[in-house]
Amino acid sequence: MTDTLDYIEDTIVAIATPPGTGGVGVVRISGPKTEQIARAMLGCLPKARYATLKKFIDPEGNVTDSGIALWFPAPDSFTGEAVLELHGHGGPEVMSLLVTTAVELGARRAIAGEFSKRAFLNGKLDLAQAESIVDLINSGSAQGVRAAHRTLTGVFSAAIHDLAKRLTELRSHVEAAIDFPEEEIDFLADSDLLEKIEECETHFKELKRQMRLGRLFTNGVEIVIVGRPNTGKSSLLNTLSGEDSAIVTEFAGTTRDILREKLNIDGLLVELVDTAGLRESAGPIEAEGIRRATIALQDADIVLWMQDATCKDEQDLNEPLPNGIPVVVLRNKVDLTGDNSGQVSTEPVVLNISAKTGAGIDDLRNVIVTLVGYTDQGEGAFTARQRHVDALTESAEHFTHGYEVLKKEKAGELMAEELRLSHQALGKITGECTSDDLLGEIFSQFCIGK
Amino acid sequence: MPTNSTFDVLVIGGGHAGTEAGLAAARAGAKTLLITQSIATVGAMSCNPAIGGIGKGHLTKEIDALGGVMAQAIDHAGIQFRTLNASKGPAVRATRAQADRGLYGQAIRSAIKQQPGLFLVEGSVEDLIINGDRAAGIITDAGTRFFAKTVVLTVGTFLGGRILTGKQVKQGGRRDDPPSIKLANRLRELPFRVGRLKTGTPPRLKGNSLDYTAMLEQPGDQPTPIFSFIGQRSDHPDQVSCYITHTTEETHDIIRDALHQSPMYSGLIEGVGPRYCPSIEDKIVRFADRKAHQVFVEPEGLNTNEVYPNGISTSLPREVQIRFVRSIVGFEKAEIKHPGYAIEYDYFDPRDLKNTLETKAIDGLFFAGQINGTTGYEEAAAQGLLAGINAASIAAEKDTWCPKRDEAYIGVLIDDLVTRGVSEPYRMFTSRAEYRLLLREDNADLRLTPVGRELGLVNDRRWRIFREKRKAISEEQERLANIIVRPETLTEDDKSILNDSLQRECRAAELLRRPELRYSDVTALSSVGSSQWKTPMSSAQASQVELQVEVQARYSGYIKRQQREIEKYRKQENLNIPANIDYASVKGLSTEAFERLQAVRPETLGQASRLEGVTPAVLSLLLIHLKKRQLKIAS
Repeated sequence: MTDTLDYIEDTIVAIATPPGTGGVGVVRISGPKTEQIARAMLGCLPKARYATLKKFIDPEGNVTDSGIALWFPAPDSFTGEAVLELHGHGGPEVMSLLVTTAVELGARRAIAGEFSKRAFLNGKLDLAQAESIVDLINSGSAQGVRAAHRTLTGVFSAAIHDLAKRLTELRSHVEAAIDFPEEEIDFLADSDLLEKIEECETHFKELKRQMRLGRLFTNGVEIVIVGRPNTGKSSLLNTLSGEDSAIVTEFAGTTRDILREKLNIDGLLVELVDTAGLRESAGPIEAEGIRRATIALQDADIVLWMQDATCKDEQDLNEPLPNGIPVVVLRNKVDLTGDNSGQVSTEPVVLNISAKTGAGIDDLRNVIVTLVGYTDQGEGAFTARQRHVDALTESAEHFTHGYEVLKKEKAGELMAEELRLSHQALGKITGECTSDDLLGEIFSQFCIGK
Repeated sequence: MPTNSTFDVLVIGGGHAGTEAGLAAARAGAKTLLITQSIATVGAMSCNPAIGGIGKGHLTKEIDALGGVMAQAIDHAGIQFRTLNASKGPAVRATRAQADRGLYGQAIRSAIKQQPGLFLVEGSVEDLIINGDRAAGIITDAGTRFFAKTVVLTVGTFLGGRILTGKQVKQGGRRDDPPSIKLANRLRELPFRVGRLKTGTPPRLKGNSLDYTAMLEQPGDQPTPIFSFIGQRSDHPDQVSCYITHTTEETHDIIRDALHQSPMYSGLIEGVGPRYCPSIEDKIVRFADRKAHQVFVEPEGLNTNEVYPNGISTSLPREVQIRFVRSIVGFEKAEIKHPGYAIEYDYFDPRDLKNTLETKAIDGLFFAGQINGTTGYEEAAAQGLLAGINAASIAAEKDTWCPKRDEAYIGVLIDDLVTRGVSEPYRMFTSRAEYRLLLREDNADLRLTPVGRELGLVNDRRWRIFREKRKAISEEQERLANIIVRPETLTEDDKSILNDSLQRECRAAELLRRPELRYSDVTALSSVGSSQWKTPMSSAQASQVELQVEVQARYSGYIKRQQREIEKYRKQENLNIPANIDYASVKGLSTEAFERLQAVRPETLGQASRLEGVTPAVLSLLLIHLKKRQLKIAS
């Protein structure tokens, strides 16, 4: 099935004001899930058709922005559906964060002309106005094709089509094993299958990494600092955000008492999260502190593990470090031990630093920039349109589930189902892979036929 | 039998599509006439004597759930039953049975004889009677006219059929049977798109000329699986084994040297053959690195010496066939009873059909089976059944019916045909069904028997058995939902069943969701115990209930997710596109989208969305056009 299926009944979201950093920007949400999204983003449903001053909250409970919220219950709205309008501070980052939040809460990014189309279908526009919607849809669709084409050239295109090809091949084995059990071919020869799956997984990870690069310029990179008390985390924070890196915002004391600081390293926007802050604000209940630190770690792009170089004892952590996220071990206070500062090991990455004197801090900056794959030229980087990001994320999720099913229950119909959903999501970028395409792949690879 | 008289439904053809069509129409209350070239070949298995398999077993059980005859016939004719994919999950398990060709035909003919309202007559149909754009009857070669409100054509490979063996070409619909040339010519005059397809069969061997000791024996499963939901193991005749052997490099050499004599390679055949059922010539050319190919040695019956060597379909000349057959392990002294052949035939582009299988151009005219570009008995029977139901409904001026893609493999089959058309003979595979976890063999009756009852297809006996089963399932599910298993009261046996994994108290129904636990494991727990059925049931019935309780629990999470997907699909499926829509007047359509829509003329927005090149933007334009139309009509 194509994704066109979820076309009519979806809740859609888009920035309604022209792009750029205007004074006020409007995000509009329309469809059956609007009320649910409004409650989640605003904490409650505002009075219908009244301008209400509200804080806009993301799913983690952070305040993204504050501004005017307007709630129009169906059918008395522009589209004839339930509509929410959020009037915020207009910057592209804030606007796109609001849209992302709505998407995370179940909305889909609207296609050009889609709001007007719904308005017309629900009897809110007359026949004459319908003509302009047709133009809008067509020009939007053409622009969309151009934009998608631009996005789909170069690295991104090659990588994503390569992944789609691998998925097709993997599925052809899994599906052939289901549909042709009487053939003498072992479609799922164990090592072969596992190898194929792991290759796919590596490609998913690589793509996600690349995507993160595409995201760098807007949302920034999240770095989480972990370590025992008194290892010098605060000093590091201060040093990193010193003269040559400006503090952008400080969110301390917000809903979840997270200590976050935004700073700029060589043009790279970085958000630093100090888990010590999580601990202290959680008070005496250690378990709660660990829980919060664990959540912060899951979202991290890089983990900095602070250790005290003067201390010979075990420096184990209470919270588990997540897999797949680079960890940099920082042996602090080399000014006291007399060790040389700088990188001492690459696998794992270990640096000797002194947060107090600033020794080794430049090396740390370089390591961070290298780890996120960021260079000034943006070489190898690409800008996936956000829609593609959504599709790839969905695809990767199903793929991971499929892998889990394989580990638990062997390759069967449940793994096949996850791979189908993964492929379907990826098809939103590459074009659909129909069951005929899949069968074609099977027949070209294997001699099938009783 | 009344001659020159009027019927509700006329069915032409006595194959698997025709017989199910005739039976379904008559069951639905239509006065029905089935016309066949030869009563003796009604229900004949022209190709491989087997029913079921992956996807096909699913279709057979759905036909059964709707009161069709195929599953019951194979229960009475099956001589080797197996469950395929038994090691995989229940959604993709499928039943397959080798048939005694004679017993199968007998079972079908006896069902036809016993069906009230169904008449059977021999005759070759030469012409259709069409009034305006409405089918009204047929004329036979004897000049007899039969009139009816609806006509179902199930003429298989008989339209323009050409049988090829080596350089020898003869006209024919099946070995020894004449083709329907006049009817083919008549149909070619009608506004339908026509194409050519091909298929093939292997040579038939004399069983007593084979050396089975050199082959691998393949016995059926014990206990034997049962096809029909109301079938019993005692229906089954004696059981025999099949055998597996292999071609040799010598076989491949003989075939390679004789390729120039194959009509496939000499250019005599223009039709497209199925990729999943290639001839042995194709296998050797396309997969040249394979040193051997499997051959399944399948008996054609209990009391016949004929054997079907499955896997070596060929159209090479007879003398080459003899030579290569004798190079196969165990076939060294084989004698060929009938040589294999390729058959090329006309099919009609199924995109010219509605999802009821009625043609869009001629009202009351239905096509079902191989004529629509499919292959396989089960695919044919499924279409026959659906065409029969709808032909009867239209004759009675009732609503038509077609299952949706989420309801049945029959729905997938029909939608694929009428939406995408065919480029090779169409065969069902489970990978064609996006709602595969829902469309299982085990729940075909739960999915379809209620609607079958409404359509008048399900008799009282089947309905009673079904309702008892359905009730027993929900009672057992309720019982398991109310039993709480506690870690502290487990016996040693219980602990070993649960592998010491029970941490907290848990309902028996929840335990059933664990992939490692079967229904029998859960009911073996001391605190659960086996079910006491309130209504007495046969062991076949009871095991159906137990399986259902187990399977529904196992898939519950996935089924919930598929249900959400289905809700979306249904909404678009329910948006009808008027048959007289003028695509040229839809503003903003690209040429590509216009051509695709014009070629298929989809009946719903959902069907349109499954066409290649129909993007969300195109669907928007269609929606706007339809709304405008509505506004204009209103004003």
